Amino acid sequence: MIRKSASEMAAALAAKEISSVDLTKAHLERIKEVDSQVHAFLHVDSEGALSQAKAVDDARAKGEKLAPLAGVPIALKDVFTQKGIPTTCGSKILEGWRPPYDATVTANLKSNGIVILGKTNMDEFAMGSSTENSAYGPTHNPWDLTRIPGGSGGGSSASISAFEAPLAIGTDTGGSIRQPAAVTGTVGVKPTYGGVSRYGLVAFSSSLDQGGPCARTVLDAALLHEAIAGHDPKDSTSINAPVPQVVAAAKRGDVKGLKIGIIKELQGDGYQKGVLNRFNEAIDLLAGLGAEIVEVSCPSFEYALAAYYLIAPSECSSNLARFDAMRYGIRVGEGDAEAVMSATREAGFGREVKRRIILGTYALSSGYYDAYYGSALKVRTLIMQDFAKSFGGADVLVSPTAPTTAFKIGEKANDPLAMYLNDIATIPVNLAGICGMSLPSGLADEDNLPAGFQIMAPAMQDQRLYNVGAALEAALLSKWGAPLLDKAPALGGAK
Amino acid sequence: MNYEQVISKYEPVMGLEVHVELNTKSKMFCGCTTVFGAEPNTQTCPVCLGLPGSLPVVNERAIESAIKIGLALNCKVAPFSRFARKNYFYPDMPKNYQTSQYDEPICFDGFLDVEIDTEEGIKQFRIEIERVHMEEDTGKSLHMGGATGRIHGADYSLLDYNRAGIPLIEIVTKIIPGTGKYGPEVAKAYVAELRDILRSIGVSDVKMEQGSLRCDANVSLRLIGSDSLGTRSETKNVNSLRSVERAIRGEMIRHAELLDKGERVIQETRHFHEDTGVTTSGRSKEQAEDYRYFQDPDLVPVAPSAEWIEELRASLPEKPSARRKRLQGEWSVPDKEMAAMVNADVLDIVEATVNLGADPTKARGWWLGEVSRLANEREVAIADLPISPNDVAEIIDLINRGELTDKLARQVVEGVINNEGKPSEVIAARGFKVVSDDGALLKAIEIACAAMPDVAEKVRNGHLPAAGALIGAVMKETKGQADAAKVRELLLKHLGQ
Repeated sequence: MIRKSASEMAAALAAKEISSVDLTKAHLERIKEVDSQVHAFLHVDSEGALSQAKAVDDARAKGEKLAPLAGVPIALKDVFTQKGIPTTCGSKILEGWRPPYDATVTANLKSNGIVILGKTNMDEFAMGSSTENSAYGPTHNPWDLTRIPGGSGGGSSASISAFEAPLAIGTDTGGSIRQPAAVTGTVGVKPTYGGVSRYGLVAFSSSLDQGGPCARTVLDAALLHEAIAGHDPKDSTSINAPVPQVVAAAKRGDVKGLKIGIIKELQGDGYQKGVLNRFNEAIDLLAGLGAEIVEVSCPSFEYALAAYYLIAPSECSSNLARFDAMRYGIRVGEGDAEAVMSATREAGFGREVKRRIILGTYALSSGYYDAYYGSALKVRTLIMQDFAKSFGGADVLVSPTAPTTAFKIGEKANDPLAMYLNDIATIPVNLAGICGMSLPSGLADEDNLPAGFQIMAPAMQDQRLYNVGAALEAALLSKWGAPLLDKAPALGGAK
Repeated sequence: MNYEQVISKYEPVMGLEVHVELNTKSKMFCGCTTVFGAEPNTQTCPVCLGLPGSLPVVNERAIESAIKIGLALNCKVAPFSRFARKNYFYPDMPKNYQTSQYDEPICFDGFLDVEIDTEEGIKQFRIEIERVHMEEDTGKSLHMGGATGRIHGADYSLLDYNRAGIPLIEIVTKIIPGTGKYGPEVAKAYVAELRDILRSIGVSDVKMEQGSLRCDANVSLRLIGSDSLGTRSETKNVNSLRSVERAIRGEMIRHAELLDKGERVIQETRHFHEDTGVTTSGRSKEQAEDYRYFQDPDLVPVAPSAEWIEELRASLPEKPSARRKRLQGEWSVPDKEMAAMVNADVLDIVEATVNLGADPTKARGWWLGEVSRLANEREVAIADLPISPNDVAEIIDLINRGELTDKLARQVVEGVINNEGKPSEVIAARGFKVVSDDGALLKAIEIACAAMPDVAEKVRNGHLPAAGALIGAVMKETKGQADAAKVRELLLKHLGQ
């Protein structure tokens, strides 16, 4: 049962072929079995999950009307608050903190009866592309345990590709949902900025962060998307408009007559050959399904990475100022408040977080603001214009999600620039506030590791991602004959 | 150096920053209540505690208040303004940045005219307003131990976040030149006028002593006739109208003494001490702090519609200055008396008393006289005494009807203030009754005349000033409850005059 899709599980639950308690137990069992190797979870809440599952079963027994995913388990990225449950954001500085409130996403999961198994590992405060920056040790890619599962949401994607959970929640600031999805052979969606509430999502970069679904199929992602999305009066930047009809789109999957734009700047040099091969084959499949393929140019994307590494660190330098030992988290050192703040931040933050706080502090400093932060904002506008122009001639835009497949743990740990380059294709979507999806395009020839295919659509047109994604997914599935994850090596071999 | 010496050589250039705590029911960015004086840390939530993941949502009422203030100060209202983050670390600031407005304030370019009473008559000054912007208050720190009461050297600090996130409006003037020797008075009049305006539009409690109205005074001196600007100091902790004037006057003297000695004024914040009237050195501002302002990405721009702004403009009440002119005319009050009333802050209660039917002159007389005297004696504000316009109107009415004498009335006022009850209750409890019965008075007069036959004889012979002694005796006999005028009339008649 744990290898089924979330929608299949939901159907089995609805038909009372299985109880949520049993389904939850099966996943908890799987976690026990494989997570010592994968390390997708930072905290497993067996008790809470089982009591939530029991409540869903009871409600179902009473004939209450339940949400589509009621009773299906999920893994929650440790960047969302959950009342009473440790929330660390992968950082030492928050060790021991149990939030007194639920994030809106968490509350939405609960009200949909989706069973929260636990909190997943991540790069500290979502800063990274490999989950190696977690203060609690790296997560391993279930396809090859010596490799990274992507980041920052490596724990979420690894948990679903290792069948520890059928669904997971991630956050995507520069690709933290999509790039892990790409390298773990799963589906991940960054919704339109403002589509999913950020209330209770511990901020890395407020103008870029967006929560979204991680799943093994496009339809599963759509079901989860609808469960968590929608206007939230507690988040001023949340969009007050109906949620795009993503489930209907995922069920449609028809690209006939659609214009699909390939972004010229997001291929070629720096992209792994096998990743590009899979990308081109996917394009051919879409063309075969009746889509019109066009090429578009986004010249400003050249500056996207640079702009991102000014805007995100600038916002993070301010967002992370609150971690000062005064009210929550660890406290280190003695003496006056300033000494304690300083010692706590020194001990509590990891290298990458410190690097970005320093970068951002510098970029916002008087005398440098215009040259750095100010210029980055201008580039951001240019990128939005590139997208707007491109969407004038295409319904969706596409590219490989990440330039390479999963690299080895430790391989880029000491080369931040190489690490940053992994997000080159995902970052423009965040800067423009639009939506993007990554789904598996197959295994790269060189290393037999998953490659990702990225679809991008204009703001609040998230349904386009699901329509195109579902069409491509179906075509690939019939080509492969079985889900890609069936090709992943079995875990738990040690047992 | 005394003040006269200072102003014979220098003139002040001032700049005033006033912080106003709004009286909204909830905080600037969350739903927490804002009651003053609640148990520490009971009015908090994830948002105003800055807990990880929490997000701010702007209080619509705070924006409304900010616009009203701007309009009342003749400002332009920005069709589009933004919040910014002011980044600095301090334990009482939960997020270690203050959400404020920086280069895009909600209101800007206004003015306020103030009048001061001088030996050359009433003088008017125009104070130009640079900006009116919104921000959130910080929490409160109480530094325990240590000599200074400041964070450095304290043994430990207590933090109360009830105040964190209370909406603040900051009103910043442009530089105020040209006030000369009247500088301190102009500053006081400006803060007073501002307070009256804020009170009239009902957006704040404007209680300086509780900190809901706080004034920071920037002062520098320059030689008379010079165009250059001197180095300024910024005085904080100015907690009353009187202190505004004292603090500026004190700073002018301090600066002048330094300048005359050839020393330089250090650009710094100064803390004003209410008890001693002097300022002491605070934080140096020689090196400008870098607050790394940037737009707050958690908040959307404030974009009030033109219709809403006009609606708010139309809803503004009569300006305090116009109201004062109107009342002065209606009540026929001389300038000096009017100034005294404004100064004693009794205009509202006098008006309320008059509205209850009392004669304006009498109403003014009671509030400015006896009530004011008792307030001074008890060192409290008149408004804080437990006596209402209703009580005073009733007392005036009883005097008019001859049921109280002025002397008894003063005792009734005291009784009411001592919480003995309403005037009628005080009168009953203290057994006050005006003796107006002719028979009783005549009997007392006979007793007095019998006791002092010589005096009675003098009066009988036309020596009227002697009557005073007899009247006094009668008043004593009637325990002060007789109307002296009536006693005099009856006495003279009794003695054939």
